[in-house]
Amino acid sequence: MWNYEKRLQYPVKINQTNPKAAMFIISQYGGPDGELSASMRYLAQRYTMPYNEVQGLLTDIGTEELAHMEMICAIVYQLTKNLTPEEIKSSGFDKYYVDHTLALWPQAAGGLPQNAVEYQSKGDPITDLFEDMAAEQKARTTYDNILRLIKEPEIADPIRFLREREIVHFQRFGEANRMAFFTRVCYNRRKTQERRH
Amino acid sequence: MACNMEQTKLLNWISMVSFAATDMAEYLDTHPMDNEAIDYFNHLNKLKNQAERDYAANYGPLTLSTFTPENRWCWSLTPWPWEGGM
Repeated sequence: MWNYEKRLQYPVKINQTNPKAAMFIISQYGGPDGELSASMRYLAQRYTMPYNEVQGLLTDIGTEELAHMEMICAIVYQLTKNLTPEEIKSSGFDKYYVDHTLALWPQAAGGLPQNAVEYQSKGDPITDLFEDMAAEQKARTTYDNILRLIKEPEIADPIRFLREREIVHFQRFGEANRMAFFTRVCYNRRKTQERRH
Repeated sequence: MACNMEQTKLLNWISMVSFAATDMAEYLDTHPMDNEAIDYFNHLNKLKNQAERDYAANYGPLTLSTFTPENRWCWSLTPWPWEGGM
C-alpha cells in the first residue's frame, strides 16, 4: 500500500510559461522512457523477483518514480498554465489542446499515448534487472536531450535533479544484478557438483 | 495558511532530510549489512518525523499520519504541491 506526502520530492517553481518546452518534457510523463513507465515496470517486476533485497529495491525505486512523475506533471502544468488561445496557436500546442485542453495526459513527445509495450516484466531476475539498468540509461539520455533544448534555470534545475536520480538508480540496479548473477553462478556450480557425486 | 519564510525553510529542510533518507533506503536495499548506513538512515528518519510533526502543528499536515486532532480539516485546503507551493 502507499501513503501520499503533500510535497514534491524536489521543488518545481516555474514562473514563465513555455508550451514548446512542455510538449517535449511531457515525454518523461507518458513517453517510452518516462517516469510512469519506469514506476510500472519496477512495481510489476517485484512479485516474481526471487530475492528479498531486490524486491525491496524495486518497491523503493518504483515508489520514487511516482514522485518523479508528479514533478514532471508539475513542470508541464506550470509551463502551460493560463495560456491564451494566441499562445496556444503560435507555439503549436493546439494539437494537444484540442484533445486535452490544459489537462495532463500521459503521452510521448510525438503524441503516442503511454503504452505498456514500452517496458518488460519477464520473470527472470537477470533479464529484468538488465531491462531496468537500460531503462535508467534511456531516461538519463532523454533528460540530456531535454537539457540540450532548454536553458531556462527554473526548468533545467528540477530536470537536472531527475537526471541524477537515473544515474543513482542505474548504480543500485547494477548492484542488484551483480548479486542475482553471483547467486545464479553459485547455484549452477552446486548443481554441477551434486551431479558429479 | 499564508506562505512565509519560516514555512519555506521548514519545507526545504523536510525535503532535504526526506531525500537523504530515500537515497539511504535504496542504498541499504543492496547493502543491508552496512551498520553505519543504518545509523545514518535512523538519524535522518528521526529528523524527518520531527520536522513533519512541527510542520503539521504550524502549517497543516503534509501526511495524513501527522494530522493532529486540533487541526481543522486543512489537508485538502492548503495549496497542492504542483501549484508552486513545494
